[in-house]
Amino acid sequence: MHKKNLSELAAGLRSKEFSSVELTQFFLGRISQHQDLNAFITVSAESALQQAQAADQLLAAGNAGPLAGIPIAQKDIFCTLGAKTSCGSKMLDNFIAPYNATVVEHFNSAGAVMLGKLNMDEFAMGSSNENSFYGPVRNPWATDCVPGGSSGGSAAAVAARLAPAVTGTDTGGSIRQPAALCGITGLKPTYGRVSRYGMIAYASSLDQGGPMARSAEDAALLLQTMAGFDLKDSTSVDQAVPDYSTGLNDSLQGLKIGLPKQFFSAELDSQMAATIQAAIAEYQKLGAEVKEVDMPNLNLAIPAYYVIASAECSSNLSRYDGVRFGYRCKNPADLTDLYTRSRGEAFGAEVKRRILMGTYALSAGYYDAYYLKAQQVRRLISDDFKRALSEVDVLMGPVTPSTAFKIGEKTSDPIQMYLEDIYTIAINLAGLPAMSIPAGFIDGKPVGLHVIGNYFSEAKLLNVGHRYQQVTDWHQQAPKGFE
Amino acid sequence: MSLTANDVKKIAHLARLGIAEQDVEHYAKDLSSVLELMTQMGRLNTAGVTPMAHPLDQMQRLREDAVTETDQRDHFQTIAPQTEAGLYLVPKVID
Repeated sequence: MHKKNLSELAAGLRSKEFSSVELTQFFLGRISQHQDLNAFITVSAESALQQAQAADQLLAAGNAGPLAGIPIAQKDIFCTLGAKTSCGSKMLDNFIAPYNATVVEHFNSAGAVMLGKLNMDEFAMGSSNENSFYGPVRNPWATDCVPGGSSGGSAAAVAARLAPAVTGTDTGGSIRQPAALCGITGLKPTYGRVSRYGMIAYASSLDQGGPMARSAEDAALLLQTMAGFDLKDSTSVDQAVPDYSTGLNDSLQGLKIGLPKQFFSAELDSQMAATIQAAIAEYQKLGAEVKEVDMPNLNLAIPAYYVIASAECSSNLSRYDGVRFGYRCKNPADLTDLYTRSRGEAFGAEVKRRILMGTYALSAGYYDAYYLKAQQVRRLISDDFKRALSEVDVLMGPVTPSTAFKIGEKTSDPIQMYLEDIYTIAINLAGLPAMSIPAGFIDGKPVGLHVIGNYFSEAKLLNVGHRYQQVTDWHQQAPKGFE
Repeated sequence: MSLTANDVKKIAHLARLGIAEQDVEHYAKDLSSVLELMTQMGRLNTAGVTPMAHPLDQMQRLREDAVTETDQRDHFQTIAPQTEAGLYLVPKVID
């Protein structure tokens, strides 16, 4: 059952090859069998089986949608009524959200079954899942390596076939980078496409939820359920959601692919460059045309991102004060002590670094030099993309500088870790949609191909991903021990 | 640009964020290297560039000034660390 894609699972449910309860029990079994990956923070077996029973009735009545009865899992950043939502932090280890995120509501209405909540870097800050209060997640392809982050539990769960498809969120690469390192398909939609209501905020002008699955075809079904205008999210975009599955097979004849010169500099690892070039050659066989594009300001994406994201994080995370919900320190002497110690005891080192950095960048006397400057650089980077995407249909390049690295390898130097997102971060600054699709292996570890499109071109990206997945089988390969 | 231990303590106070004394130097070093990275932006001339606060340059939506929320105080307070008679309790602020 774990080898079937979402359409096959939906067909199996309808032909009564298996019921949703059986399917759910099967995946719960796999999750428990592979606990050592640490992909889940919470497994909600009981409520999952209840949802599965309800879905079986829906299916029997014959009016169920494509995701009815299909088990999925949520990144633990999406608020779930009645189940713990920790966001990977000690701060929220005791937090039971009083409402569902809009994304969760969408899946519930679709009749999907939620297996549980997936491990992640604390408050989505990190690129290795090592910043989780619940410990690191292991990469199913090499268990001494990281799965990437922040949606590390999401990527590992899909790669290990613990769930057919899951959700993630991407602020600076948190869907695409782990998708690349775990050999799965991950799509970060256009900013505003998927509601952020009930999705715990890190950097609000960059955060965006999206699907993570084995194939573009499955990601299309998931995005169909996730996307849409939401009055409860003031930055949600009021634009009709197209059908993401109908155009999957469209021809790529004449597709114009731009290769940003800055993505293929001499610093790019030669094996990585060769793997990406081979994937691009595959597209040329499918009829695509390739041209180089120049994006001169891309090299400033990392500094601009860390100013903007840290500033927004320091503001967003000021709500965790030990008063209304979340962690509270023992025996506070006074109100300042309550705030200071609750926050000091419950936030991890990386979260603290970013709060401090953001507070500094926003403090009197430094605002213009850092925050304003970063917003101007952001505009120039965004203009680079606009120019490039007026000449070509999509941009392609690597997702990560290297394949999955060893657990502990980059924890001592925050800058080394930040550079992990060198190819992904600029896309969030511009608010564009982008996807990582499996494109090969280096020494047995997966490589992701980065496909970036214009605003609201998710259907095109999925089409571009799907056609490649019709002529390659990278996305179908399973790590040893998880076949 | 580098930050001293004293700077870190000042910023931590602004953020009401407890930092253990023995970690202050470490944060000063880490933050200084992040600041170093950020100063790269100074090389780019951005005079006259409009700052970008929102990726789609959208304006905040307006809505009718109508009551849309119901009173859920009891529901919300079930997850609060300490409450009494519908109030959130904190250490005494005024003597």
